[in-house]
Amino acid sequence: MPYTPHTEKDIRQMLDYLGYDSVDRLFKDIPAKARFKKERLLQPGISELEVMRLMKELSAKNKTVDDYICFMGGGAYDRFIPAAVDHILSRPEFYTAYTPYQPEVSQGTLQHIYEFQTMIARIYGMEVANASMYDGASALAEAAIMALHTTKRKKLLISSTVNPYWIRVVESYLYGFDAEIVMIDEKGGETDYEDLAGKLDDRTAAVLLQYPNALGIVEELQKVRDRITDAKTLFIVMADPVASVFIKKPGDCGADIVVGEGQQLGIPLSFGGPYLGLFTFREKFIRQAPGRIIGMTKDRNGKRGFVMTYQTREQHIRREKATSNICTNQGLMTVAAAVYLSLMGKAGLREVAEQSHKKAYYLYRQLTALPGIEASYPDKPFVNEFSVTVKGDAGALKAYLKKKHFLAGILLEHQYPGKKNELLIAVTEKRTRDEMDAFVRECASFLKEGGEK
Amino acid sequence: MIPAGLKYTETHEWAKEMGKNMIRVGITDHAQAELGDIVYVNLPEIGKEISKGDEIVEVESVKAVEQILSPVSGKVIAVNEALEDDPALLNSDCYEEGWIFEIEMSDPSELEALLDEKKYKEIAE
Amino acid sequence: MERLIFEYSEPGRRAIGLPLCDEQMERDPRLNRHVDDRLTPLPEVSEQDVMRHYVSLSTLNYHVDKGMYPLGSCTMKYNPKVNETVARLEGFSHVHPYSADEDIQGLLALMFDLEKELKVITGMDKFTFQPSAGAQGELAGIKIFRKYFDLKGEKRTKIIVPDSAHGTNPATSAMAGFDVITIPSNRQGGVDLSALEEAMTEEVAGLMLTNPNTLGLFDKNILKIAAIVHEKGGLLYYDGANLNACMGLSRPGDMGFDIVHLNLHKTFSTPHGGGGPGSGPIGVKEHLKAFLPVPVVEKKGRRYYLDYDLEKSIGKLHGFFGNIGVVVKAYVYVKKLGTLGLREASRMACLNANYLQKKLRKKYHLEYDRLCKHEFVLSGAKFKKYGVRTLDIAKRMLDYGVHAPTVYFPLIVDEALMIEPTETESKQTLDRFVDIMTAIAEEARKNPDLLHEAPLTTPVSRLDEAAAVKEPDLVYKGDL
Repeated sequence: MPYTPHTEKDIRQMLDYLGYDSVDRLFKDIPAKARFKKERLLQPGISELEVMRLMKELSAKNKTVDDYICFMGGGAYDRFIPAAVDHILSRPEFYTAYTPYQPEVSQGTLQHIYEFQTMIARIYGMEVANASMYDGASALAEAAIMALHTTKRKKLLISSTVNPYWIRVVESYLYGFDAEIVMIDEKGGETDYEDLAGKLDDRTAAVLLQYPNALGIVEELQKVRDRITDAKTLFIVMADPVASVFIKKPGDCGADIVVGEGQQLGIPLSFGGPYLGLFTFREKFIRQAPGRIIGMTKDRNGKRGFVMTYQTREQHIRREKATSNICTNQGLMTVAAAVYLSLMGKAGLREVAEQSHKKAYYLYRQLTALPGIEASYPDKPFVNEFSVTVKGDAGALKAYLKKKHFLAGILLEHQYPGKKNELLIAVTEKRTRDEMDAFVRECASFLKEGGEK
Repeated sequence: MIPAGLKYTETHEWAKEMGKNMIRVGITDHAQAELGDIVYVNLPEIGKEISKGDEIVEVESVKAVEQILSPVSGKVIAVNEALEDDPALLNSDCYEEGWIFEIEMSDPSELEALLDEKKYKEIAE
Repeated sequence: MERLIFEYSEPGRRAIGLPLCDEQMERDPRLNRHVDDRLTPLPEVSEQDVMRHYVSLSTLNYHVDKGMYPLGSCTMKYNPKVNETVARLEGFSHVHPYSADEDIQGLLALMFDLEKELKVITGMDKFTFQPSAGAQGELAGIKIFRKYFDLKGEKRTKIIVPDSAHGTNPATSAMAGFDVITIPSNRQGGVDLSALEEAMTEEVAGLMLTNPNTLGLFDKNILKIAAIVHEKGGLLYYDGANLNACMGLSRPGDMGFDIVHLNLHKTFSTPHGGGGPGSGPIGVKEHLKAFLPVPVVEKKGRRYYLDYDLEKSIGKLHGFFGNIGVVVKAYVYVKKLGTLGLREASRMACLNANYLQKKLRKKYHLEYDRLCKHEFVLSGAKFKKYGVRTLDIAKRMLDYGVHAPTVYFPLIVDEALMIEPTETESKQTLDRFVDIMTAIAEEARKNPDLLHEAPLTTPVSRLDEAAAVKEPDLVYKGDL
């Protein structure tokens, strides 16, 4: 289908100018054995009309959070996205630009990232944010590597209450490094603070925690901070950015690096990506920090402007001595997040967080009042995600609820083999009382039938 | 500008004798001009033992990073802390105010083997 | 200059309201001691404020939909709009990543089919879409290098990269604990075979290469290069940054590469988004399949599923499955063009580059003067005698309404200007570009000061980058 603009006349004129009789001549320097000869494998394209038809068919074969009532979270949340977000994202000035290599014609991107950095730093209570990483998991992994570089130490303590997928990403990033990962036990749904104290020593580069953790529980960051007595050891927190405008900010609890998954900030679920890695830190660590950083400066006429700064940290200058190989950010996703945060604003984002909590607590109380369902961690506080233990087969309950159009949550057993029949349930501001009451009724009716439906 | 009386390296460092077995090290005017606006200097730790040719200091401009090599072997005994606040001293006064560190030499003959200003001039130009 | 969004802020102003929360719903008393009663100082603005602010900012950007963007190595081709429309279909954009396989058959089918097409184009045997960008694809590839030799019990500590390579190649190697050996290019701009032979010992895990290389030149010795690396038991990594030169014409798999990464945001027309999101899938040969990150997409009968069961897997590089929204856009592109259309795209990309190269080689300087592929590298060194540097030329181009090429890269060309027109620019646009470059060359001789002052017509003039490091201002400090 037409994609290149060349007319036959253009091609002829260009070849004439080059002194060639055919386009094939441009490839005569490819040795015969390296040439692709299986012409029959190549297929023609289809029209845009047919493409749309095909893609709508494929799209219809997926079930969305609109087909179900979604109580699934686990690091990706079904939140409300104001219409204006996509209107801004649809502007080609943002989505068809590249990395702002020429700042004079990229002030839109640069200024917006400066504002994004500000908002993210404020959410976490940190001094500086970078221009973003690929996703929350890789942000956590890069934070771990940054700690190794900053402290020149090799031991990392990771709490078992960090999302297991993300721990796997940290492990993969660190594979090949001269570094040791030691897991901290979980106790009653939160980090075992005594186990942590016992594993800390003067070789520890950093302690990594999730807040609230992968089971939904609000970790006692201050307790962790107090136990880190070695001045060099860094405290890394992977924090939920929405929760962080409601409960104490990790920066206020003494974290040195705070990272997070920014999907909740105006980014659709999109089957796991593109998402947004948030990355903040204390300014004194800036030379070890990965990723793009934007700074404000002045032009020759004294006019305010923005540039990529501290570039000597990066791979295109430092090559094998760079602390990270990342050379982009999630540019367009930072637009989504900054527009979302501007629209929700100071009071709105707080309301999102608080409403999600209140709704979650409502659902928690209704569910745990049912005979056959109890709180998995009854004395531990959560924000908007909690685990319940089903007396009986949680998998069967989940399957039953799906027939009733509910995505009931995540079976923790898949990630934590010891957590049998635990269901992790997330509630956002989108859920209504009617939806939750219906969900509870269906659970009750399943349990009444003895789980045999 | 290549002052007489100093010793030079092919990698554009200068060395100045400060006392018995003690030298002061910096970068030459040629080096600072090539780098452009210098924005950061990563100074070595005092007491660090080094060999001739070791990468000992990192100097950054906006778009480049250069390693300063030690012209001799020995122990670092002083660093110019003024550079931490004002790295641009390396641009404005690279032979005096912009010195970088001092070494107690373990092998004074290494100093003798460095270039004099005449030989260095041939390289720098 | 546009105000900061924070400077629009007025206490009490709101853009978006939420439905009222049921009175019966209250806070969990157990949470109270964790709650921070202070509000986070975010902007307080109306929706109109937000629209005006971001629309104003957007007008300060240069972008592909405005004009030619000849950034070498970045493949700034046109991004078809149907890609965007499709990616927004709710069956793709509203799917939760923890969905069960039975609920995502359309997405899995799409990934499986795109993988099939990429296999045809690259000659590789299995793909993963997990890496979020080319650099993360490299990371996946080099971790596979590492694990492959670890499991074989061979201690290989080094990786070879040519001196013309992207900075990511050595940076990635270091992130997998390898030392980097840089080898020089030969006079044709290709890999120096004798340097390679000398460097390629049994301590070396392999070679990272892009072909055509960063000079835009196809390395004729590619098969010999592969043989040298393989004879010593090493692996060959293909940096797919330059695949736009040879789709359907020459395949990395046939050249002898063991692992390739592709940049869907370059070669497969997905937009660059001001720096991302990209997508950097990697493909491997049969013998490395089991090393891919998990999960991979498989098919059994008529059902697609996610397979987590890869015995030698390097693990995971993404929290979920990668930038799937970007993968959807690339799929639309591949379907629309077909693999035949992809070949035509590469042919026209090379025609455009050669046409421009010949038009400009005398006006500037062409260090490696031979047939190029999709890009070429000029040198601005001959203007040094007028006191004009490549940076000045680049800045002057902005005044003429085109984006500057990649400058000062590759490092082996003095005062480099790396130009990649891509296939989507017409002959007429290229001719205008030649006129602009000709005019600037003339100005460089006659009026160098004009170039020193450039750009003069952009929203800001040259910015003080040294001040940005010396007096860092990285976040707004004002109260809200």
